[in-house]
Amino acid sequence: MTGKTITRADLCEAVYQKVGLSRTESADLVEMVLGEISNCLVEGESVKLSSFGTFLVRSKGERIGRNPKTGEEVPISPRRVMVFKPSNVLKQKINDTLGDDE
Amino acid sequence: MIKSELVSRLAERNPHLYQRDVEHIVNAVLDEITSALTRGDRVELRGFGAFSVKNRPARTGRNPRTGQKVAVTEKYVPFFKTGKEMRERLNDGVDLGD
Repeated sequence: MTGKTITRADLCEAVYQKVGLSRTESADLVEMVLGEISNCLVEGESVKLSSFGTFLVRSKGERIGRNPKTGEEVPISPRRVMVFKPSNVLKQKINDTLGDDE
Repeated sequence: MIKSELVSRLAERNPHLYQRDVEHIVNAVLDEITSALTRGDRVELRGFGAFSVKNRPARTGRNPRTGQKVAVTEKYVPFFKTGKEMRERLNDGVDLGD
């Protein structure tokens, strides 16, 4: 593993290289892709991207948690959380490359 | 929403682009994230979330039905942690913590 961190700038560069829009427009489009996915999830709709994975929203009821440091019990309020379920294709690709060379 | 719907929605908002280009853009983004993860790199998208790869070491599992021991090989699994802004937006703008 190289231990690098990829950011928005790298995604914009990839769009710029592959699609041939201006850098500014590539950046705008990357933002719109993430924005559209986010908006969908906020509306409660899941987003299924074939061969990549599915983003979905789960509603969690109230439960009792514990402060791991003090052992004190604290109620955890009901909330909505976002979950990413990677597709089998993505999992396979990762294990194909990382699996052998280590 | 599925990928083709995402592409149509983006194309609607960008009438100056061909639908085909929008498709390439969406694929470029997903491919870039995928190839980073296959290198074991992290992908951090502020406000949205971060993708990373976790290692699951080899272990001896058990068939829950028969109780028989089975060797499970080492695995790498993609992991996603929701960003702060996204977490807040899902809960009416309130940050409820992790």
